Amino acid sequence: MAAENGQTVFQTFVIEGKEFFDAGKVSTEIKSMLKELGVQPEIVRRVAIAMYEAEMNVVMYAERATVSVQLTPTTIRIIVDDRGPGIADVELAMQEGYSTATPEMRELGFGAGMGLPNIKKNADRFEIESTLGKGTKLEITIWIN
Amino acid sequence: MVLSDVQKLLDCQVFSGDEFLDRTVIFAGAADLMSDVLAFTRSGALLLTGLVTVQTIQTAHIADLSAIIFVRGKKPDKTVISVANEKKIPLMGTAYSMYEACGILYRAGIPPTMNSLRTIEGA
Repeated sequence: MAAENGQTVFQTFVIEGKEFFDAGKVSTEIKSMLKELGVQPEIVRRVAIAMYEAEMNVVMYAERATVSVQLTPTTIRIIVDDRGPGIADVELAMQEGYSTATPEMRELGFGAGMGLPNIKKNADRFEIESTLGKGTKLEITIWIN
Repeated sequence: MVLSDVQKLLDCQVFSGDEFLDRTVIFAGAADLMSDVLAFTRSGALLLTGLVTVQTIQTAHIADLSAIIFVRGKKPDKTVISVANEKKIPLMGTAYSMYEACGILYRAGIPPTMNSLRTIEGA
């Protein structure tokens, strides 16, 4: 496998906003890709959960996002860069239970203010940058060993 | 305990994944909030839920859950069933309410997958 041979695997994906039916597709693809590359199941699960929360956020709030996944023998780094409304108060959005979700989003079992804290919980390093009216960029890093 | 034992205990109708009913059930949890499922369940857990959507299946797939039981007679539509088939996630339905279904499985000895803020004395 590429990652085990000391090489770096790099792949990009696109998430379309408001496409609720497809929500989870990119996370599933990333999950399968890591599994095939032989990454340990516990690590794959953490990446998949963090990625799925990030994907749901894009689908619920943003117009579109590009996702880049970089896998080295020691690290998985995912950047989710969206074009969207941005987050007015990032510190507040990082608090469990704070949410601006609509009833439609809540009907899907999301939008309870758990997404960003849950991404942080599953990541070894988590960075977030947001500009109102432009978009939000997340950088999720998970160590493999 | 395996899924077919759970099926008998809760008198479940099987909507998909008949061939996976020999999967072992180690933990179970109940939630309608998928973020709670993602945050607090363990790999291989059985999920009881009243939320019958494609997102429920996606969440189960992402979190490596063993199966989903819809409570209080809720039935998945064709789309939900086809996504579950594709992801190899068994779907079952019980007429019991969430509270009763959980009680039956808890009494049968299946421990919780979610970490509570405190433990039940004498359990």
